[in-house]
Amino acid sequence: AMAYGGLTVPIIVMSVFWGVVGGVLPWLVPKGPNRGVINTMLVTCAVCCYLFWLIAILAQLNPLFGPQLSNETIWYLKSHWP
Amino acid sequence: RQLNPKVSAFQRRFVGEVRRCEEMEKTFTFLQQELRGAGRALGPCPDNPRAPLAREALRVQEQSEQLAQELREVSCNRASLRGRLRELRQYLHVLREGQRFTSLSAPLGSPVRPRALSEREPILDPSLHQHLDRKITFVAGVIHPWRVSAFERLLWRACRGYLVASFVEMPEPMEDPATGESITWVIFLISYWGEQIGQKIRKISDCFHCHVYPYPESEASRADTMSGLHSQIQDLSVVSWAPQGGRGGHAGTPQSLTRAGHPQVLEESEQYLAQVLDKVVLALPTWRVQVQKMKAIYLVLNQCSFDVTEKCLIAEVWCPVRDLTQVQDALRQGSYKSGSSVECFVQRIPTSESPPTLIRTNKFTAGFQSIVDAYGVASYQEVNPAPYAIITFPFIFAIMFGDVGHGLLMFLFALWMVLYENSPSLRQASNEIWLTFFEGRYLILLMGAFSIYTGFIYNECFSKATVIFPSAWSVAAMANHSSWRWGSQPPCDPPRSLPALTPPHSAHSSAYLATHPSLTLDPNVTGVFQGPYPFGIDPIWSLATNHLNFLNSFKMKMSVVLGIVHMGFGVLLGVFNHVHFQQRHRLVLELLPEMVFLLALFGYLVFLIFYKWVKFSAANSLVAPSILIHFIDMFLFTSNADNLPLYRGQVPVQTVLVVLALASVPVLLLGTPLYLCCRRRAPRPGRPAVRLGSRRGGSAGGTQRGLTAGAVPVQPVAAGEQEPLLEGQEAGNSVNATKEDVESGGHSPDAEHLDFAEIFMHQAIHTIEYCLGCVSNTASYLRLWALSLAHAQLSEVLWTMVMRNGFVRLSYAGGVVLVPVFAAFAVLTVAILLVMEGLSAFLHALRLHWVEFQNKFYVGAGYKLCPFAFAPDAWE
Repeated sequence: AMAYGGLTVPIIVMSVFWGVVGGVLPWLVPKGPNRGVINTMLVTCAVCCYLFWLIAILAQLNPLFGPQLSNETIWYLKSHWP
Repeated sequence: RQLNPKVSAFQRRFVGEVRRCEEMEKTFTFLQQELRGAGRALGPCPDNPRAPLAREALRVQEQSEQLAQELREVSCNRASLRGRLRELRQYLHVLREGQRFTSLSAPLGSPVRPRALSEREPILDPSLHQHLDRKITFVAGVIHPWRVSAFERLLWRACRGYLVASFVEMPEPMEDPATGESITWVIFLISYWGEQIGQKIRKISDCFHCHVYPYPESEASRADTMSGLHSQIQDLSVVSWAPQGGRGGHAGTPQSLTRAGHPQVLEESEQYLAQVLDKVVLALPTWRVQVQKMKAIYLVLNQCSFDVTEKCLIAEVWCPVRDLTQVQDALRQGSYKSGSSVECFVQRIPTSESPPTLIRTNKFTAGFQSIVDAYGVASYQEVNPAPYAIITFPFIFAIMFGDVGHGLLMFLFALWMVLYENSPSLRQASNEIWLTFFEGRYLILLMGAFSIYTGFIYNECFSKATVIFPSAWSVAAMANHSSWRWGSQPPCDPPRSLPALTPPHSAHSSAYLATHPSLTLDPNVTGVFQGPYPFGIDPIWSLATNHLNFLNSFKMKMSVVLGIVHMGFGVLLGVFNHVHFQQRHRLVLELLPEMVFLLALFGYLVFLIFYKWVKFSAANSLVAPSILIHFIDMFLFTSNADNLPLYRGQVPVQTVLVVLALASVPVLLLGTPLYLCCRRRAPRPGRPAVRLGSRRGGSAGGTQRGLTAGAVPVQPVAAGEQEPLLEGQEAGNSVNATKEDVESGGHSPDAEHLDFAEIFMHQAIHTIEYCLGCVSNTASYLRLWALSLAHAQLSEVLWTMVMRNGFVRLSYAGGVVLVPVFAAFAVLTVAILLVMEGLSAFLHALRLHWVEFQNKFYVGAGYKLCPFAFAPDAWE
């Protein structure tokens, strides 16, 4: 079985990624008439996408019940998935 | 701005010019019709001609009228020539055919039957030719073939056997002058005796619109007439008709007229016609554009008024402040180019009218601005939600549409449109639906891109999950460590219950599996659940039969969280408005209570959701509290014994929050009105008469905080002051400003009480709307869940019931069957999932923006600035 990183690795990676997109890239956009729009777009995009991913991962952090599988699926997955 | 409201349309100064332009346009239409009749197309105008000066306009008018005149003459002459030619030829035929009958008087025994049109017996027997002792006169002519039988019958009834008629078809068809179609005429030859009968016959043939030609009685005169006709026809062919050159190579060659030959004169006239048409084709496009520009300019000039001294024109226009220097430059250039001695200039005058709104966009942002404007144009200097909508709109669309495959298709489609956006065939299509899609190509591009992202998070690609990272749920661990073996007690009914623990030895778990058609993985067993899937939803859920249980809970909570965040953001955008319009009191008296209300109730809900996700796991899943029941109990101040608290001290915290929220309502309701009332009670005489009740939409004299897309970033754009063209008039009010205009800014003190009532009423409505709206709008965001569920289910249905059937057969025949199955799958995917679901999600995302998001801060009561411009695609 794979060693799962739990929550720490994904959250660090995604936070850094969207943090760069929303916090660092706006400074690097060249000056021009569209700078304001592009900056707004970058920040909004970073916030939206990060929040969406965060909700998805937090919802699966502590599942209250597990998936119910048909016996054929179980038979297949038992040997083919770790 | 229309400065002559009192003058009727006919008395305006430039009406004559406008009329002249319209006459010219009529001439142009006539010319164009002639062109079309000759089968030529009018090309587009090659360059952008400037509007002509007055004398140029005269020249254009003269030339166009001359050309039209020439065209008319040419067509007329051509028509008359053709008519003449036709008549001559008909006459010739009549004579020729008639010969056959009259020369047949001798053999009576074998009458040559004339070629009748129908199979029946001719009514008038040609064998009556034997009665030749009387003097016979002839009437000959041509008649339309449809009228032959009626003509015959009438002749017989009228003349009762005193005449002989024969009909024969003309050997070649000819044009009917009236309808222009080619008809095979029928030649008739009537021989009669007696004067009265002759008159009757002529009257009848007149009735039937026959062309009657004189038929000479003797052979010799007939031969003479025929040769005369021949020469006349030849003459027509050699007559030099064209007044100007262009005879070309056909000059003067006398060709004998054959049956199939086309006379030369007509060719020459056709050539001349072609020349005139060429001239027209060259000149017409430019003229059209010029005249259209002139007309537009004169229409605008009609809106100006003259100065008292009748020496200059005054116009009042709206102009963006930033472009003021440009306007001044243009005016200077204009007066220099037209060579006038007086310069025109620009002066600002104050006004109480609300200026129009100008938001500068480029081709990318125009699409997003238009969907915001479709709800309502931003009030003057109000915050513009469009820059945020560039991202939030496609994002909310994508939440409802999330599927990698469909998103990719949409993205590629939009990419194609964007890459080929300059191709004229795409741009100038006449299909309106296509143009709508084309205008929104950047919108669709972003929607597709975000759909790919949300598709990865939902882990759906054409309804199939992709296993990018290995799944966190281990079936093997469940099978090995748990009780899926013989000897265990049968599992109980509640879905979350544990099957009994393991017996010491392992047996064939496959036998166990055979008797249990479905089993549930239990996260409590070690090794079964290894942690949250790092990016998105775990792929095992797509194989599970109870995946909707999990997904529904996830998507509902997600919708609520995102909705509350979106609405909170909307409320926060109001900060910009309050700060810009110098209404900082509203920050404390309105924004603060609104935020408190929203966060205390719904922000707390978000907190509960996140808290439950983090703190409660499968270990205590049996006793996990229900957030919904807690939320309801919070409002009702009750508690439910079965529902355990989420954390210690929950009840007092909730009580405090509810009290806080309820306390913010009266602040919201009464704060601003009381404040304004207090402020007005302190009298300030020197204050300019500006309305204080400026919260009502579209305040006059306010300034716009336009976050204009594509322009200078985040700076206020004061778009609009009023400037007239004035000379010698003091800087004062508008030329025909009425008394009401100037005084509408102020109001008398008696009106104050009324105003207070109005303000209070307005605020009460706002409070109720806001508080109730919070609840209902939060629930409204659940449509994000509903539509994404519908999309997922539709695509799953399409897969299981259509595409999967193509994989069932494993033989080569199955491969052939796969092709039509895939075709059906593809068509249904595009039609139902992409188009229908796409439009549906688009609509709901739009509604969420327009209603739930924008009613937190947006007024949208402005009107757009419509500048006077010559757009190149406005002319055909």
